[in-house]
Amino acid sequence: MLLRLFEAVQAMPASLAIRESRYLYPVIESVHVLSLCLFLGLVTMMDLRLVSATMRSAPVTEVQQRLFPWQMLGLAVMAVSGVLLVFTEPLRFYGNIFFWMKMTLLVLAGLNMVVFHTGVYQRVADWDAHPVPPTSARIAGGLSLVLFAGVVICGRLIAYNWYK
Amino acid sequence: MELLPVIEWLEHTGAGTAIRDSTWLFPCIEAGHLLALALMGGSVLLVDLRMLGLGVTRLPVAQVCRDARPWLIGSFVVLVVTGVLLFLSEATKCYLNPAFWIKMAFLIAGTVFTFAVRQRVALAGGAEVDPAMARRVAVISVVLWSGVGIAGRAIAFY
Repeated sequence: MLLRLFEAVQAMPASLAIRESRYLYPVIESVHVLSLCLFLGLVTMMDLRLVSATMRSAPVTEVQQRLFPWQMLGLAVMAVSGVLLVFTEPLRFYGNIFFWMKMTLLVLAGLNMVVFHTGVYQRVADWDAHPVPPTSARIAGGLSLVLFAGVVICGRLIAYNWYK
Repeated sequence: MELLPVIEWLEHTGAGTAIRDSTWLFPCIEAGHLLALALMGGSVLLVDLRMLGLGVTRLPVAQVCRDARPWLIGSFVVLVVTGVLLFLSEATKCYLNPAFWIKMAFLIAGTVFTFAVRQRVALAGGAEVDPAMARRVAVISVVLWSGVGIAGRAIAFY
C-alpha cells in the first residue's frame, strides 16, 4: 500500500526532474540542513528554558511567544524541503531504516509537544515566572531535547544505508 | 613553507586513519557536528533576534547574551572538535576544496566578530544598547554564520 504510493511518486515527472537536475537536490538538501538552526535551534532554547537551563529570569510564556513565530518559520522550511527530498527519491527512503526511525521519533516529538501544550502549559499562569518549572514541564523539555537529537542523528544516518 | 606535506601528514595521524578506516565513526562525528550546529544556531539566533528587537524583549540584551553564552561556547567547542576530526580523516580532500577555504574564512571572521565585537556590544553598559548599533551587529552576525553554514554544506558538493 505505502510501497505503491512511493513507487507512484518515484514515477512522477516532477520527481524525475529534481532527480535529474544537477543543482536542485543539493540546494534543497542544504536548505533543509541549515534551517535546522532556525527551527531546532530555537526549539532547543525553549526546551532549555523548560529544564531551567537558560533565561531563568524570563517568564516561560515570554520565551514561548517570542520564539514561536521563528520556530514555525523554520518548521515550514524544514517540512517543505524535507517532503521535497523524499518526493525526489521515494524508493531510496522507503528502504531506509534510519528514515523510518526518524519519522517515528518526529511523531513522538510532536506528541510530546501536544501533551505539553494541552497539559501542564494550560496552567502556565501558576508557574510562568518560576525559574524552575514543575516536574512535568521539565520532563517535556528533556524529552523534546532527547527526541529531536534522535531525529537529527537518524536524519544524518539516512545518507548511510547500511541496513536494507 | 609548503602546506600540502603538513596536510598529508595530518591525514595520516592516528585519529585521521582510524576515522577513515571505520564504517561508523565518520557518520557519528558528523551527527555530533550537526547536533552542535543546531544548538549553536539557536544560541546565536537567540541573541541576534533580541538585538534586532524581535526576540525575548522582556530581558535586556546583556541578559539574553549572558544566558546564551554557556550554550554558545559549549556548542562552538563541540563543533570545532568534531570539525577537526572530520577534517583529519579527509585533510587532502578539504585542502583541494574551495568551499572548505571559504568556510574557514567565514569561520575566522564569524568567531572574531562574535567574541570581539558582538559579545562586547551586547554586554556593554548593562543598561540598553544603542538599537541601531545592535541591529547592525546582529545582521553582520547572521550573515557571517550563514556563510559558515552554507560553505560548510557546499564542501560535500566538490
